[in-house]
Order: sequence, then C-alpha cells, then structure tokens
Amino acid sequence: MSAHAQAHAIEDHHEDHGHHHKETFVTKYIFSQDHKMISKQYLITGLFMGTIGILMSLLFRIQLAWPDQSFTIFEMLLGKWAPDGVMDPSVYLALVTIHGTIMVFFVLTAGLSGTFSNLLIPLQIGARDMASGFLNMVSYWLFFISSAIMVFSLFVEAGPASAGWTIYPPLSALPQSIPGSGAGMTLWLISIAIFIASSLLGSLNYIVTTLNMRTKGMSMTRLPLTIWAFFVTAIIGVVAFPVLFSAALMLIMDRSFGTSFFLSDIYIAGEVLHHQGGSPVLFEHLFWFLGHPEVYIVILPAMGIVSEIMATNARKPIFGYRAMVASILAIAFLSTIVWGHHMFVSGMNPFLGSVFTFTTLLIAIPSAVKAFNWITTLWKGNLQMNVAMLWSIGFVSTFITGGLTGIIVGDSALDINVHDTYFVVAHFHLVMGISALYGLLAGVYHWFPKMFEGRMMNKKLGYIHFWVTAIGAYGIFFPMHFVGLAGLPRRYYNNTSFPYFDDLHDINVVMTLFAIMTIAVQVVFLYNFFHSMFYGKIGPKNPWNATTLEWTAEQKHIHGNWDGPIPHVYRWAYDYSKLNKDETDYVIAGQDYIPQNVPLQDNEDELEH
Amino acid sequence: MTAFLVILVILLFGISVWQISRIFRLAQIKSTTHSDIASDEDNNHQGYLMLAFLAFIYILTIVSFWLWYDTLLPKSASEHGEQIDNLMLISMIVIFAAGILTQWLLHYFAFVYRGNKTKRATFYADNDKLEFIWTIIPVIVLAGLIIYGLFTWTDIMNVDKDDDPLVIELYAQQFNWKARYGGNDNTLGDANVRLIEGVNVLGVDPADPNSQDDKVVTEVHLPVGRKVLFKIRSQDVLHSAYMPHFRAQMNCVPGMITQFAFTPTVTTEEMRQEDHIINKVQNINEIRAEKSKELQAAGEEPLDPYEFDYMILCNKICGISHYNMQMKIVVESEEEYNAWLAEQPTLAEQLSK
Repeated sequence: MSAHAQAHAIEDHHEDHGHHHKETFVTKYIFSQDHKMISKQYLITGLFMGTIGILMSLLFRIQLAWPDQSFTIFEMLLGKWAPDGVMDPSVYLALVTIHGTIMVFFVLTAGLSGTFSNLLIPLQIGARDMASGFLNMVSYWLFFISSAIMVFSLFVEAGPASAGWTIYPPLSALPQSIPGSGAGMTLWLISIAIFIASSLLGSLNYIVTTLNMRTKGMSMTRLPLTIWAFFVTAIIGVVAFPVLFSAALMLIMDRSFGTSFFLSDIYIAGEVLHHQGGSPVLFEHLFWFLGHPEVYIVILPAMGIVSEIMATNARKPIFGYRAMVASILAIAFLSTIVWGHHMFVSGMNPFLGSVFTFTTLLIAIPSAVKAFNWITTLWKGNLQMNVAMLWSIGFVSTFITGGLTGIIVGDSALDINVHDTYFVVAHFHLVMGISALYGLLAGVYHWFPKMFEGRMMNKKLGYIHFWVTAIGAYGIFFPMHFVGLAGLPRRYYNNTSFPYFDDLHDINVVMTLFAIMTIAVQVVFLYNFFHSMFYGKIGPKNPWNATTLEWTAEQKHIHGNWDGPIPHVYRWAYDYSKLNKDETDYVIAGQDYIPQNVPLQDNEDELEH
Repeated sequence: MTAFLVILVILLFGISVWQISRIFRLAQIKSTTHSDIASDEDNNHQGYLMLAFLAFIYILTIVSFWLWYDTLLPKSASEHGEQIDNLMLISMIVIFAAGILTQWLLHYFAFVYRGNKTKRATFYADNDKLEFIWTIIPVIVLAGLIIYGLFTWTDIMNVDKDDDPLVIELYAQQFNWKARYGGNDNTLGDANVRLIEGVNVLGVDPADPNSQDDKVVTEVHLPVGRKVLFKIRSQDVLHSAYMPHFRAQMNCVPGMITQFAFTPTVTTEEMRQEDHIINKVQNINEIRAEKSKELQAAGEEPLDPYEFDYMILCNKICGISHYNMQMKIVVESEEEYNAWLAEQPTLAEQLSK
C-alpha cells in the first residue's frame, strides 16, 4: 500500500512538475495535509499554550513568595478571582492544575512530539510525506479543538478544573468538594478525551510511516536516533493513552450518570452520597498506567533530538549507537511497568510497592548509559557551539541532576517522607519539564532553517536566551529540593498559615526571583522566533553540515520534499570526521562529514555500527 | 478623498517596505559568511562560559546548604525513621558523588574540546568495554540501594500483631483531622459514614460494644516508646496523613481503611531541646518578631512566640483549605499520656449528653 503510494507520488511528481497542486490559502495554511506545515501548526499552537502555562506559573510563584499581598497583575489577569489584587486560594489550585495539564500534554507531548515527529520523520527517512496526510491533518485539528476547549474552560463561571493535573477522584468527581469540579472539570475531561484521539491518530501515522516508507537503503539500523526516539514514543503512546481514555470515561460516568467506579462511602456537604463499592485507588492505577509512560513520551523525543544535535555539533559519531537504541527500547519497556511508584503510600498492598521499587530503579541503568554516552560523544570532539548545541549540553546537565534524585523518590522507603512534597516537584521539573523543554528549544534552533525555508534564528539572542534560562532553571529548582526536605507539601496556597514553615520564606523569594528572570528572557526567544520567521537571514542549504537526509531536501518547501527523485541511503547517519584508509584526510577531502546519500567511497573502510 | 489618499500612502509605504526587504534578502543570499552559525570566536567564548556554569552549579549547591540547612527536618523522632534517614544519607552520598563527577565531565569536555577550524574530531563510535563498565557500575550500586530499600520498606509496612500496638484512628475530612482512641479495650468500634449523625461526627456504630469506650479527640497524644498503629479513614475526598518528623505518611481513602505504624522515640519536650530545632525555632521567631512590629505599627495584636510541636499535615490536594489542614501531635511519657487520656470523655458519655 505505502510502496504504491510512494511510487505514485514520485510519478505524480515527474508528470506535472511545479504545478501539481492548486494551493489556496486554506489548503496551504489551514487545512494543510503537508507534514511540514502541520509540524509548524503544532509548534505554534504548542508555543501559544506554553506561553499560557508559563505565565500561570509566574502568577503562583509570585503568590508563594509574597502571600496575601496585593498585586495589580493578579487583578488584571484573574479579575474576580483576585479581589483587591489578593489571589484567592481556589484560583491558586486552578492555576497549578492547568499549568501542569498544559505543560505536560499540550506543550511537551503535542508541542514537542507533534512538531518534530511531523517535521523529521518523512524528511529523515526519505519519504515525500506521512503515510496518511489526511489523518495527520485530522490529528492536528483535534489537538487544536482540545486546546481551544482547555483555554475556554478558564472562563467558566465556577473556574477551571482545580483538582491537580492528576485529577484524583473524589475531589475531581464532586463539585461539592471544590468549585472547579463542576463545568470546568467536564470541559477538562472533554478536552483530554479529544487530545487522546489526536495523539493516537498522530502516533499511528508515525509508526506506519517509519515502518513502511523508508527510502531505499534506510534500514532500521541506519535510522538517525531522532527517528528511533519518535518511533518508540509513538508506540508507548498507542499502548498507554487508551487507558487514560477509559479512566476519563469512567470518571465522566461517575460524575454524570451516578455510577460508582471510583467512589464509595462519602459524606460531604452534610449528606451521605449513594455511591458504594468504588475505589479511588483504581483511578490512580489507571491514571498512572498512562501517567508514567507519559513522562517518557515527553522525554524520549527530547533525547533523540539531543543525540542528533550533539553528534552533529561535536563533529563526531554519537557514541555507542546500538546502546543508544537499546536503551531507548529498554526505557520504553520499563516505563510501562513502573506506574505504581506514584502510589507507594496510596493504600495499595505494600508488596506491590516492593515490586515497583525494583522496576523503577532498573530504569536508572539505561538512563545512566545514555548520560555517559552523551558525555563520551563530547570527548575529543570539535564542538561547534551553536545555540542548539548549548541547549543539548544543558539538557544532559538537567537530566542528570533531576534523574539522580529519582533514586530517592523511586525508593519506596524513602518516598514515604518526600512523597508529594516539593522534593518531588523539584525532581520532575528538572528531569522531565526543564530537560524536555531544553530538547524542544534545541530542536527549534537546529531545525528552524528547515521549517522556515532556510531562515536562521539570531545567534546572539539565542546565546542570551540559553544562558539566562540555564541559570534561572537551576536557580528555581535546586533550592526547591530544600523546601521539600524541610517537609513542605506541594499544592499549598501558602506556607505561612501556621508558623512551622515560616523560615522557608527566603527560599521562596529566591525561587520566585529566578522564575521572573527566566520567564522574562523567554520574551527574547519569542521575539527571535517570530522575527526570524519573516526577517531571519537565509543560510546555506545545510547550515550545520549534517549528514541526515532532511538537509538534502529542497530549501524552499515543496509538496513532496525533493524536487527530483528521493535520495537513496548508503550509510548510517553519523559519519562525522571519518578518515580515509591512509588517515591522511577525511574520506571526502576537506569535508568532515559524509551525508547518508553518498555511496561508500573507495578510500574508506566499511564499519559495522 | 482624504481617505483614498491615506489608503494610497499606506499602500505605497507597504510596497516600499516589501521591496526594501526583498533587496535585503537578495543581498543576503549572495553573502558567503553566515553570521548565525557559530564561529571559532563563539566556540571559544561559549567554552569558557561552560566552565563558568560548572562553577555556578557548584557554588549554588554550597550556598544553598549554607543558607538553608537549618530549615531541613530534624533527626527522626521514630524508630524506623532512623533507618530511613540512614538510607537517605547513603543515597545522597551516591547522588552527590555521581552528580559532581558527571557535571564536571560534561562541562569540562564542553570547554576543552570547544571547536576550532584547525582541529579535527576523533572518529570514535564504539567501545564495548567502556559501555560495559558504565552499565555494570550502576547495576551494582543500584542493587545495593534496592536491597537496603526493600528490607527497610518491608520492615516498616509489616505490622506485627504481637507488638500489641496502641490503635488510633485518624479521621480526615475537609479540612480538619480527628482521632479516635480504642479506649480500655484498645479496639475501635465499627464505623461508617452512613451513621454520621449529630455529635457522632465519625459515624461510629453506637450498637457495637467496642465503640462504647472509644474516645474522639482533636489532638493526638502518644506515649513515647510504644508502637502505635494508625487506622486511617476519610469521609469525603483523598487526604494524606503526613507526619514528617516521624517519617510517616499514608493516604486517607474514602471507602477503605489504610494503616501505618511507628514507634515514637523522642518526646515533644526532648525535641524542643535539639540544637537543630532550637535554631529553627529561633529563626522563625525572628521572622515573627519582624511581622509583629509591622502589625503593631498598624495597630493590631502582635504574634505570640512560636514553640515547636509535632504535627500531622494533609499532603494530598483536598480542596480550597488544603494548605491549612493540620493537627497537633504530642509525644509524652506514659504517665502524662494516661493522665491526658483519662480526662477525655468516652463516646458513650458524649452521645448520652
């Protein structure tokens, strides 16, 4: 089927060169079926949602540093939720809930995986487009609708969902327990249900495209690590997301149709509810069966992007290609059997806790292999400090720092005392939040010329963006570990209602100041991004001297990517600085890289990778 | 007419901007140097910045410890907590060793191997021996941590009935805690939310003979050195019974009874004499004195000085007042505990009032 489609595409291309599609504004920019346009749609929607999510964090960080004080910005943005400029406790919970939801699902799942899977899978495997352009379009527009519903839910009368991004029932099921569990929660569930449909359509497309549409010579072992990461991410998504869908469906039933999947023995607002026999712990199992693989859905694409950018800019092959692929597979497999480490103190059988501790700490092994391999990739390199390279190095740094504390939170005995404290918040923000964002930003700076027909982002603004963000991210999240070890629970509107945590005030102020600085510098990025989109200087066709196929495609976007026939592949993606047999010069004299579409030369050895 | 002229001017202005930008664009295509790709000079600068960033991470770590060590939790006040603290210390040592080393390698390599037109990178794709080493080292270290962790965990979670623990029910509701003592028979009467009525706020079954001598209180007192088994219930949403000083936590789940057991080893009085707590309380009182000054200036009552007490906190988002759902815990000698308990009315007395 796909071979046929591809052959057809090639034929089509040769027959009516240059005017094979009548593009109107609507088909080109709105209901586009071209993977490059869809990727940009994902990115810009993701950036828009990200701006909302990050601004929310600014608001609650200000509240945490200076509780009970009046701020004009609260009055402006929160309106009736901030009478006289003092933030209301219920809107605080709404802000942390929607911040988490938006960042995890809309920015780091759709914005990261959606953008780069769409852009890079066809271009790097040598395909003219995705297996189904139509489904791809539907996938984006479902994502758009779900984003729109989530944003709309911010404006409902009783406020948006505020039961935490994990929406544990009964809090999320009973409007009597918190105002946000009324219409706001209904919209949240609808939005996420549509999001899951979008994600599944996208993932199926990525899997089919990667398996069926690779160009001649592009065996699985010659795939760039980006594609491996996107491919495996899509598989995890297909396995895990439907379970969240069923959990959401059952929660909708409990909320609206009187079933008792998750509810039992509840006395609230002066009356006993009829629910009997359900269990909130069941919901936790279902939620985390997606929820944990979800963090790998977020981080694996970032790992793929970083591996690719690091090799390119180090002018060296990625160290241990096979180990890198194996660790992606190992992480993916383990990610589906560790969900219980979110539930050590949920009331589930302690024996299960032991099993999940074991599987959880196993994940540290492939993660450690990856970290060491990245570091070794830098060793004896010729590092080109492009902006994307800085984000990649930053990624490894935050991934290590955040990953190491996983040894503590993943150990059931230690988790007893840090569970749901700020220690956990610090851990997952560094290891999946900040790291995945670094991966996203690395990808944006690196493939910007591919997305916007050769235009490049400004380097100086990029350097400023990186360094201020790098300092800020550590400045926010390193001190946060101390707040957690002091015993402060997360999702507290303030820590001054009773005296014990009063001495954490200074740390909170420090974290908030770093947060303001970090958020402010993102404006530099947004300016650089949108300005370069229209006025960026056009660079060479292959600006970073990379070996992968996307840089052989036309700089000007055309439907079908390559003007002529699709290039064939003769080597892996990492022939950087490979020397000829006599070791007198590079294989191609004076050029330190060999693109994948260059056949094996007489003066080089064929190596097994 | 003016409207037409305005439109014309705008149109012409637009066209001229478009043309100028086209000229600039055409001019750029011809240029061969690309100012947005890193030059050798950039590589050099950024390499040094990597080194500076490494220093930043190390300094941030040291400064954080120096400034905020006092805010951390004091030594454990329970028997099993010592094991947890020990495991925590070992894990922290492993983490800091691994972190300091890998961050150094990462940033140092980024500095030393910063690019240069005259340099040549080494084609180095694989080394099975190296990869084996850094697979096996984490395996060994983690195996140690896992085994230690699992023994500790099993020890904590398995409650031996022969210990004859003091049974106390912890009862969570939006947004406060209550506790119920089993009374003389140390056995809790049955309870269900469907029986909540009037003063019987915990829904205890008055017909159950075990419930007659139960005592419902709003402050937990524990005798030092005796194992206590908490039976935990919630009447509305998920809560979590978090007692940080005892290294104890368990969720409160409506529809089921969860449990957690520990032996308190340090009385409230003794904990107040700990250096760490003395420092912490002093810091807090300095802050409160500052606030009092402000309050007095505004004509309000000053704050009382703070005195340390153990507490139970809610650690699972449970609604608007989640941040202030807490209860005092007092650890005291057996005699003091007995005296306190004797003063509390039994459920039968409360119900007959």
